[in-house]
Amino acid sequence: MHMPTPDARIMALKAALAARLRAVLPADAVIDDLAETRAYECDGLSAYKCPPMLAVLPATTAEVSDVLRICHEMNVPVVPRGSGTSLAGGAMPTADSVVLGVARLNAVLETDYADRIIRVQSGRTNLSVTGAVAEDGFFYAPDPSSQLACAIAGNVAMNSGGAHCLKYGVTTNNLLGVTLVLMDGTVVELGGGHLDAGELDLLGVICGSEGQLGVVTEATLRILAKPEGARPVLIGFDSNAVAGACVSDIIKAGVLPVAIEFMDRPCIVACEAFAKAGYPDCEALLIVEVEGSDAEIDHQLGLISAIAQRHDPVEVREARDADEAARIWLGRKSAFGAMGQINDYMCLDGTIPVTELPRVLDRIGALSQEYGLDVANVFHAGDGNMHPLILYDANTPGQLELCEALGAAILKLCVEVGGCLTGEHGVGIEKRDLMAVQFDPADLTAQMAVKDVFDPKWLLNAAKVFPLDASATHRAA
Amino acid sequence: MTLQTEDDVADFVRAAKGPVAVRGGGTRAQGGVDETLPVAGLSGITLYEPGALTLVAKAGTPMTEIETALAAERQQLAFEPMDHRALLGTAGVPTIGGVVATNASGPRRIQVGACRDHLLGVRFVDGSGTVVKNGGRVMKNVTGYDLVKLLAGSYGTLGVLTEVSLKVLPLPERVATLTTVVPDAAAAVRILSDALGSPYDVTGAAAAQDGDGFRVHVRVEGFDDSVGYRAAQLRDLLHLDDGADPWADLRDVTALGDCPFVVRVSVRPSQAAALLSRMDGMDRVQLDWSGGLIWLGGAEAALLAQAQAICADIGGHATGIKGDFGPLPRFQPQPAPLAAISAGLRAKFDPRGILNPGVMG
Ligand SMILES: Cc1cc2nc3c(=O)[nH]c(=O)nc-3n(C[C@H](O)[C@H](O)[C@H](O)COP(=O)(O)OP(=O)(O)OC[C@H]3O[C@@H](n4cnc5c(N)ncnc54)[C@H](O)[C@@H]3O)c2cc1C
Ligand SMILES: Cc1cc2nc3c(=O)[nH]c(=O)nc-3n(C[C@H](O)[C@H](O)[C@H](O)COP(=O)(O)OP(=O)(O)OC[C@H]3O[C@@H](n4cnc5c(N)ncnc54)[C@H](O)[C@@H]3O)c2cc1C
Repeated sequence: MHMPTPDARIMALKAALAARLRAVLPADAVIDDLAETRAYECDGLSAYKCPPMLAVLPATTAEVSDVLRICHEMNVPVVPRGSGTSLAGGAMPTADSVVLGVARLNAVLETDYADRIIRVQSGRTNLSVTGAVAEDGFFYAPDPSSQLACAIAGNVAMNSGGAHCLKYGVTTNNLLGVTLVLMDGTVVELGGGHLDAGELDLLGVICGSEGQLGVVTEATLRILAKPEGARPVLIGFDSNAVAGACVSDIIKAGVLPVAIEFMDRPCIVACEAFAKAGYPDCEALLIVEVEGSDAEIDHQLGLISAIAQRHDPVEVREARDADEAARIWLGRKSAFGAMGQINDYMCLDGTIPVTELPRVLDRIGALSQEYGLDVANVFHAGDGNMHPLILYDANTPGQLELCEALGAAILKLCVEVGGCLTGEHGVGIEKRDLMAVQFDPADLTAQMAVKDVFDPKWLLNAAKVFPLDASATHRAA
Repeated sequence: MTLQTEDDVADFVRAAKGPVAVRGGGTRAQGGVDETLPVAGLSGITLYEPGALTLVAKAGTPMTEIETALAAERQQLAFEPMDHRALLGTAGVPTIGGVVATNASGPRRIQVGACRDHLLGVRFVDGSGTVVKNGGRVMKNVTGYDLVKLLAGSYGTLGVLTEVSLKVLPLPERVATLTTVVPDAAAAVRILSDALGSPYDVTGAAAAQDGDGFRVHVRVEGFDDSVGYRAAQLRDLLHLDDGADPWADLRDVTALGDCPFVVRVSVRPSQAAALLSRMDGMDRVQLDWSGGLIWLGGAEAALLAQAQAICADIGGHATGIKGDFGPLPRFQPQPAPLAAISAGLRAKFDPRGILNPGVMG
């Protein structure tokens, strides 16, 4: 992974820039000490690190606007940051950049149950949004596994998903408006409490733009009434292909589960060793969760079990109560922890058409043997969002590179069967150089044209998403 | 001239000397533009996988063809696109490209999202004649910028759609509608909001004029037993009665068909009653999306300017849907920085300004 050489002329401005920023921000909101800027040197993709020139922690939209205006005037690159949990290197700084962290913007601004919306500042964590409305029987649907830590800012920038998006959609489907600060400091409002765009859907393109078009300081989110209840069924199969066929049949039957999670044998074995959830000894395992009243849940689980029975399952285990439900989820929820116990791992998130599941799992198995690295699969099967976990040893020279090469081969496979490079984690620096696998030059040019309009100087998070050779002329402009 | 392939469209756009009107079903040319770019020749479903809930079709495919194919597998486009013909008094054959270009979404939008939320991928020809693709045919995709959302509802001003890929969903086993009559819009919105704030998965929340008051309609859909259960809960909770199925008429806004001018307003539901109380000169009203979508019908073009002025004050936007509004902008004017961004995007995607000029922005 290559990053552009930091601009020495910009780095020479450090003292002058810090002075100007201190004039508009509280003293403790400007961080220029090397030891302290290290706290911002990487995100969840910790294999790559680089401390920024400066970090700032504004507490209001007006302060964000001041910071951006000053950086714009001085031509200083800016990297927006939420909680730094990105798995794609989206929040990784460059040495000539200012990290703009929104962690201090964390208030709830408005809750309206009649209109079913909540307006929050963007630094607020995902889980604490639901926390603010849970007592009144509401929730915010997108639930990335990182929800305890990650911020709405990062969720909007990455268009993050979660386990329940099969029914409720991802961030973009639950986002009604944002306050956005453009790179020159202009503050704009997109959307609001109403449901659709009155002109071009700019909100739609801001969501998922990876911090490259503007800095989000506030967001209006759709909240939903909590369902009466939810329970899963666990189904074991003796082959991936049969489990894949069962997923298709459940979907075709008209049941719309909130989640269909899939684990393959390497993952089942690791989770069982780690969490002792009592999973059956089998090749593939599905956890299917449905919602509603008790009677509705019984009915839907009955339908799903009947479909499963037609596929000769090793075991079908319907949760009768909250306790059994928790046991079924226990292994799945500890999957990442279990992998971490065994080794270092890299988590991919390419998406494939659901119908390609069995074939893709076979091919991943073959690639795993070819590269000599184990791969465990756990993923959101209902929407084809894979999560192959490649196990490697970071302390063995060459293993990271080998792991990245295997990862690239798996992602190319996802694109080849009609899927995409990333279903929820984003491109960042991690998949930047693979973009040409999925897109023609004209496709990338059209996307970069959007950045040209929002950020003509290409100062916001510029060395991400687009292959450096493709973006070179834009960045130089 | 018939255009049958994406390459034909690209050649046509490259060769165009001046403005072109992009036409899906072919109802009528847009005013002031002589040359029409007909998309109807690009027709046919190219991929349909019921088990993956995905359908890909060329942009000129008639809606009827898509609905028939889906119904055979007991599936549907869940965002419930409206058929404009009754409202506008036009003939023509609505196409999937026209639906996507206008982000047309009906009553179920309140629960499952709009057309843009079900649109997985697009192929289009931009104003320079370049073919561009974005998104794909999988449910979750954050690879690069989401131009899919940008193209949905862009009214043909950023590019000519040639192929669209959509998420489809199961048809419900049963539909139930609950209803009552209330004295005014505020009371209607209150009931509809309470229905949506319940855990009973309401998929329609609309109100139509009834005498001096409003008839409220609440819909639940799904498996037979489940619908029975949820309808009973809502009936008790909100004091509603069982009603007939009004949803096709509500979706197509047929009640406003005889109004010469029709304006579509999108606001925060709790603002609906306030907006209506400030309007004058409207003859008919229909509320959908629990008050978030308001259809206004009247005899004067001034209806639009009035609605836009109120929206500029309370938030939301108003769009002229039917009638000759003359020099007035059909879409809600945006604040200067946003107008500059929209204009900047159009200049990038259509540098010569030839695609549907004057339709939007
Ligand atoms: C254990 C673990 C589990 C995870 N599980 C999931 C999962 O289930 N689903 C999923 O989708 N992701 C998951 N992720 C990835 C990550 O949590 C998400 O991408 C999350 O949305 C990032 O949020 P953040 O606040 O940490 O953003 P950061 O990492 O700080 O930044 C992410 C991107 O957002 C941009 N950004 C940040 N703030 C702003 C702003 N104010 N304005 C504009 N741009 C901004 C940054 O520049 C960067 O490009 C997981 C990560 C971890 C570590
Ligand atoms: C807001 C609005 C107001 C209208 N007002 C009137 C009116 O007052 N009187 C009247 O007779 N008709 C009017 N029409 C046209 C009317 O909608 C159509 O007659 C009908 O909906 C379906 O016919 P169609 O398929 O020809 O149009 P559609 O194909 O549905 O076209 C609708 C819009 O989408 C664009 N479009 C269609 N296909 C594509 C594509 N493949 N790529 C990109 N853009 C595309 C068109 O340029 C047009 O702007 C109006 C349309 C809209 C959207």
